[in-house]
Amino acid sequence: MENVLTYMTFIPVAGAAIVLALPNNAKLIRWVSAAATVPPLLMAVWLFKNFDRAKAGFQFIEDYTWIPSYNISYTMGVDGLSISMVLLTALLSFLCIFASFGIEKAVKGYFALFLLLDAGMMGVFCALDFFLFYVFWEVMLLPMYFLIGIWGGPRREYAAIKFFLYTLFGSVLMLLAILALYFAVDPHTFDMRILMAQANRYSTEVLPIWPFHQLRWGFQHVVWMALFIGFAIKIPAFPFHTWLPDAHVEAPTAISVILAGVLLKMGTYGILRINFPMLPAATADMAFILLGALGAWNIIYGAFCAMAQKDLKKLVAYSSVSHMGYVMLGMASFTTQGLNGAVLQMFNHGTITGMLFLLVGVIYDRAHHREIDGFGGLAAIMPVYTGVTALAFFASMGLPGLSGFISEVLVLLGTWQKYPVLTILGASGVILTAGYLLWTIQRVYLGPPNEKYLKMPEINGREMFTLVPLGVIVIVVGVYPSVVLDLLRASLDQINQIVIPHL
Amino acid sequence: MDLKNVASLSFFYPEFILSATILLLIVVDLVARSPRGIAMIALIGCFGALIATLDLYSAQPGWLFHRMMILDNFSLFFKVVALAATILCIWMSLSSNEIKQVHEGEYYTLLLTCTLGMFFMASSSNLLMAYLSLELVSLTSYVLTGFLPHNRRSSEAALKYLIYGGVASGTMIYGMSWIFGMTGSLDYAAIQAALSQSPFNKASLFMAFIFILAGFGYKIVFVPFHMWSPDVYQGAPTPFTAFLSVASNAAGIAIMIRFFFPGVSRALPSGDWAFLSGVEWPQVLLFLSMITMTLGNLCALNQRNLKRMLAYSGIAHAGYMMMGLAVLNNDGLSAILFYLVVYLIMNVGAFLVVAMIANVTGNEDIETYRGLAWRGAIVPAVCLAVFLFSLTGLPPFAGFVGKFFLFSAVLKQGGAFGALALVAAINSVISLYYYAKIVKTMFLDMPNPEDKTVSIAVNNFTLLIPLTVLTIFFGVYFSPLVRYTSQSLRFFVK
Repeated sequence: MENVLTYMTFIPVAGAAIVLALPNNAKLIRWVSAAATVPPLLMAVWLFKNFDRAKAGFQFIEDYTWIPSYNISYTMGVDGLSISMVLLTALLSFLCIFASFGIEKAVKGYFALFLLLDAGMMGVFCALDFFLFYVFWEVMLLPMYFLIGIWGGPRREYAAIKFFLYTLFGSVLMLLAILALYFAVDPHTFDMRILMAQANRYSTEVLPIWPFHQLRWGFQHVVWMALFIGFAIKIPAFPFHTWLPDAHVEAPTAISVILAGVLLKMGTYGILRINFPMLPAATADMAFILLGALGAWNIIYGAFCAMAQKDLKKLVAYSSVSHMGYVMLGMASFTTQGLNGAVLQMFNHGTITGMLFLLVGVIYDRAHHREIDGFGGLAAIMPVYTGVTALAFFASMGLPGLSGFISEVLVLLGTWQKYPVLTILGASGVILTAGYLLWTIQRVYLGPPNEKYLKMPEINGREMFTLVPLGVIVIVVGVYPSVVLDLLRASLDQINQIVIPHL
Repeated sequence: MDLKNVASLSFFYPEFILSATILLLIVVDLVARSPRGIAMIALIGCFGALIATLDLYSAQPGWLFHRMMILDNFSLFFKVVALAATILCIWMSLSSNEIKQVHEGEYYTLLLTCTLGMFFMASSSNLLMAYLSLELVSLTSYVLTGFLPHNRRSSEAALKYLIYGGVASGTMIYGMSWIFGMTGSLDYAAIQAALSQSPFNKASLFMAFIFILAGFGYKIVFVPFHMWSPDVYQGAPTPFTAFLSVASNAAGIAIMIRFFFPGVSRALPSGDWAFLSGVEWPQVLLFLSMITMTLGNLCALNQRNLKRMLAYSGIAHAGYMMMGLAVLNNDGLSAILFYLVVYLIMNVGAFLVVAMIANVTGNEDIETYRGLAWRGAIVPAVCLAVFLFSLTGLPPFAGFVGKFFLFSAVLKQGGAFGALALVAAINSVISLYYYAKIVKTMFLDMPNPEDKTVSIAVNNFTLLIPLTVLTIFFGVYFSPLVRYTSQSLRFFVK
């Protein structure tokens, strides 16, 4: 299949165009939108099957001239790192369409924007040209703004503009960094493969300008920092995380799933794809503080914040902050286990948190509130639902046999060799996570049933349909992690090898 | 080539066509009082001038009328921009309720005279010519701004514009007199020759440039010569505001580039320009650019009237464009030309929607846009959102590409310009807040029960849809426009 990545990216765009042209029939629009996400999913499965796991470089490359006078080209390709994210995106987009079937307001606009968002996400993970990458990165913002802003909760306007401003601030810094890299290579190019190959040529000589000479920063460090802030906002790393709880609480369920499942990964994906191989010397200098220590702090800070929440969705949102900390911590270790664990954690967090948000959505649709203390004894009323929830909670906690365990253990194993103190701090996050999740289970699901919700209907077929595939993946990856790890190994080793000489 | 008066005439036919149209409009207005017919004549005249201008691209560049004017690709580019803005303005005027209240014959006559003035501004190569053409544009603009009868805002705007314009052009001509005193000539080429040969007093030359900058700056609308613009934008008839925001800005930039680049700087083979050594010119422009964009954006944050907000956003955009002047290289200049074309499309588009909504609701306050998308005006709302996000500089819209080129020209210079790029980048984020506020009002806010539905006739979309499509098209595929602007950056120098 030639140009498979392009098809994956642009079939949803075509879907959006078709949806806009359809008559105002909600049912028809929903099913056409669902149909538009099927081909990308099938192609993702095909990619998974045909991806050569032994090769480290990019595969399925497409390369076309776009704007020759500025050496901008349309280049797509995947390696082990991006293919795992592409799989996740294709799967979550497909499932989230079904999770959105309950949307009643302006159905056409919702699904058209959703499909555009899908295309933007797919493009970010496939683009190998920096300009193209940036365009996709920004294209994603607009649909997200409207999806939160129009279909969100009561404070949706505030949440939407906060998300937009934070992310745009990060991306303009990224744009400046992209241009700085563009002018640093000769001949000027946006091709990521060439930028990576030239990695050692970007100057690390300390800049004679305040405050850079105080910090002992060179060109590479400044560019690294600009990119890092852009990505850190997406992750979201402390102190740039404050948009996340607001956006999550206000966004409709399916959008929360996409936000947590895919958008947050773009931050860590960007650091691994761009900061690591293009600016290895700066990465080596900055990793301990800005990835390792900040990651450990994210784990603990996120967990404590989660513990204090009264709103179930906000709790899940802060647990995302905490879990993304493991990814940062694992990346900072520069060990095979640590890096593989980090990327596996990205994948696992996507599936597990996706489930958690879907599950919160299920009771929110029924009870119209998400107060943790407002429920009680749901296990007796909705046993199936409670069973699925328990699976997701235990996976999030890192129970052996489920996917979260594998990635967290790999991260901690990898980090232990480099930063024992951070590892201990990170490991304590596991206990905190268990603390707030078990406490939540106790308050929401156990105990005497709440009189108000005795008649609450059990989880329905459509909701199960969105949850089961994720649940299966959580178990399969937990038992046999090589399914994903095999994809990653070669590419991550290659990225790691670029940085290691600079340590 | 250096042509005498009669020989020059054969390269002067776009101006002839415009002048003939202006005279014809006056006569027709006396004989047959048909507003639509007059607009059509004006439109046809503009198209004729456009074709003639494009035809001149094949002509050999050179001086006309004893070195009073220059014919080169650069001047032709700005003539095309001025004509495009005029055509769009006439088109907008056709369906504008505001214009129906005024005497159309005079309106179109003055509008075309203003365009003719811009033609002269773009090609003047002599300080006297530059001053006269600038005044021709200014005088017609004052009248057109105050054109709405019995409208206090309009009259007030015209008066303010007149006073500011008078002071600015007075200051400018004073600066020109200094230059004349130092060099003994008004001709750009002679000025350059004199400045490069004999030693001159750097401080007085610098002051002369600052004085001249006052005149150019008030046309381009940058700080501190911007104060007239919010009132004028708000008070003038909307189609004319759209015209003014783009064409007047463009003509100011044309005259400024012509004087400061091929006029007094020297082109180096590397594509950089060497300014007179010892004169701290780029630093002044860099500083003005930062101040202009920051002030424009910060003032726009709290505006309740859309036209006023767009006026402040126009100041900010003038600041962005000045980045391209401050870097003193050809990349910066071609980025400015690119940005102008893009700005023409998106800004006129935004004003078009404002005019459309004002035709129905009667005002431009942001409250009237509440829930616009849910009140039957989804198409204009979506188009306005596209234009506003394009003005913010988000891909995949053309505004992003324009900003991208400006940023890249600035970063290429490096050094202190890195700070300029950072300021501009942060300004883009600030500007998102107020642009998104309009989008929020249209889409995120739900209409109040008492808000009426806004029905827009489909024929209004004939201009709106193409502008929207162009905004997206140039955001995705901008090669043709890049080629055109880099071709347009050919100056005629001796």
